[in-house]
Amino acid sequence: MNNEVLASTALVQQFSGVGVSAGRVVGPIRQMPGSVAEPAAGVVVPADVNVAEQGQRIKDAAKAVKAELLARAASLAGEGKEVLEATALMAADPMLVKSAIKLLSPDAPGGARTAERAIWEAGDGVAEKLKALGGYMAERVADVLDVRARIVSELRGLPAPGIPVSDTPFILAAEDLAPADTATLDPAKVIGLITSSGGPQSHTAILARALGLPAIVAAPGVDEIADGTEVYIDGAAGSITVEPGAELLAAAAAWSAQASTFSTFSGANTLADGFAVPLLANVGTGSDALKAAEAGAEGVGLLRTEFCFLDRAEEPTVDEQIAAYGAVFAAFPGKKVVVRTLDAGADKPLPFLTNADEPNPALGVRGYRTDLTSPGVLERQLQAIAAAEAAHTAEVWVMAPMISTAEEAADFASLCAAAGLKTPGVMVEVPSAALTAATVLREVSFASLGTNDLTQYAMAADRQLGPLAALNNPWQPAVLQLVKLTADGAALASSTTGLPKPVGVCGEAAADPALAVVLVGLGVTTLSMSARALAAVSAVLKTVTLDQTRHLAFTALAAPSATEARAAVRAGLPILDELGL
Amino acid sequence: MSERTAIIASSVGLHARPAAIFTAAVAELDLEVTIAMEGEPADDAMEADSILSLMSLGAAHGDVVVLRAEGPGADEALERLVQILETDHDAA
Repeated sequence: MNNEVLASTALVQQFSGVGVSAGRVVGPIRQMPGSVAEPAAGVVVPADVNVAEQGQRIKDAAKAVKAELLARAASLAGEGKEVLEATALMAADPMLVKSAIKLLSPDAPGGARTAERAIWEAGDGVAEKLKALGGYMAERVADVLDVRARIVSELRGLPAPGIPVSDTPFILAAEDLAPADTATLDPAKVIGLITSSGGPQSHTAILARALGLPAIVAAPGVDEIADGTEVYIDGAAGSITVEPGAELLAAAAAWSAQASTFSTFSGANTLADGFAVPLLANVGTGSDALKAAEAGAEGVGLLRTEFCFLDRAEEPTVDEQIAAYGAVFAAFPGKKVVVRTLDAGADKPLPFLTNADEPNPALGVRGYRTDLTSPGVLERQLQAIAAAEAAHTAEVWVMAPMISTAEEAADFASLCAAAGLKTPGVMVEVPSAALTAATVLREVSFASLGTNDLTQYAMAADRQLGPLAALNNPWQPAVLQLVKLTADGAALASSTTGLPKPVGVCGEAAADPALAVVLVGLGVTTLSMSARALAAVSAVLKTVTLDQTRHLAFTALAAPSATEARAAVRAGLPILDELGL
Repeated sequence: MSERTAIIASSVGLHARPAAIFTAAVAELDLEVTIAMEGEPADDAMEADSILSLMSLGAAHGDVVVLRAEGPGADEALERLVQILETDHDAA
């Protein structure tokens, strides 16, 4: 018997990483195919290779890719469908296929290529042409390269790049996910996400929280688990167990029963002592806003207006903007909606506003700073926000991203006043703004902490880099100190001006129920998050009093590391384990 | 050889979606149709059934392009294709 126990213990295989979205699920693994390796150049093609046959292979592979993309387009609707149909046409495009076939010939400059190499180079040629045209055409380069990679995979007999297509739900494993992958992720099929790289603020993490999918990042080795292997993942603990036993299967079943009770949030969030901490939603579009209102959000704490600008070669007209913002205001009649002005640059470049050649885009002309290089865009946006406000009853607040100084805050406040907007504010995401919050908040009516960027700048750690995941963690005591300095500065500004100066949080940190408790304890008055997280955060906040949040915040601030801060706070919140959060 | 000119109506030029609609219409024809920017030699014209050719042409809103085709029914076919180019497919 002892031997049996030992044997079964030895079989348990565990992986661990950083849990970024809570939940316990069991399912089969499907690996994200790796990026397609470039076919070697300069391979000598034997003289007896039949060029016509190789040409036919390229044509067949191109046709197969086209058919596959069209089949996927058929299951979609709207813009996604049209984009995929256009991509499908590119796959079997006569220009691409013909130029590849020319490269198969021994007469081609540089000699005959293999079929794989030929289509690779042909794709390069087309991509170069589109890139040279700039603007919208240059943005299609990614589509051409995607099509090329698919044709090469087809020629090699390997699975197509991108999220695997499956009839049954699965847990997706990958090295990391790109924004383009996450856009095509179907939450009905993908029930959990695990990546070997990526950090807590990576696209994978943000998407997982938005979709309410359990997720773990920075878990080395998970990109090598065989397809079809059954695993259990705990997105709060950051643990992954291969071939889970009965106990873990029961834990997953209990979570799924529990999760259904989390689908509703009553609105009007309070702590155990009745202290109100409004929970707001982060949204990008009118349809997001409707979903957030249904989920009980008490308003919008972050309207990301760049969604209305992305994929655009030119600035949208004021009328288009009025319609887009109005759709969000309409979902929250009489409620607060905080609009963030255009936050372009760094990971969100816009062809008409940002310079793609900056050596260090995160420290470049981005956010509010684009007003320096492209004056007028911000003024027109404020005009549109004011016009949309006039047509609705929502209480509209406006804030500028990437504010670094009190001077910038004052300039933004005057732009808002000129547009007739009554409640100007700033995002606090640059450490300098947190350090000088008392003077910054003298100029504006409120601040909202963008914890994702604040963490990246305070720790000097890129949000997307897996190896820096431990630094890039909002639990870092340095980040919590900046939150406290902002809240304290706001309180000082409030007492010197006699006006309320509320400080909210609209970063991903607010969606972590344990961290939400700490933020409230540090003096944050509202929390804004993905609508999915509202119920879980509210369930935890209602178990603590304001005094308890302050005590836990003090514990976190005093901790020597992010890990210890989190562990100490979680130990003081037994409700988290009970709820599986 | 039939020849017609068209003014690109699509507000962002002949990009993916209008190009896809146009390519699909060309593919239905039993004719070889070429497209070139106005003023460029006919020898440099691109095949109109290739979405990548169309996009790399770089025709912007308001640009004039020349369509050419030879064979029975070419006139009628080009007429239809001109109409497609002169419609703004981005106007929802």
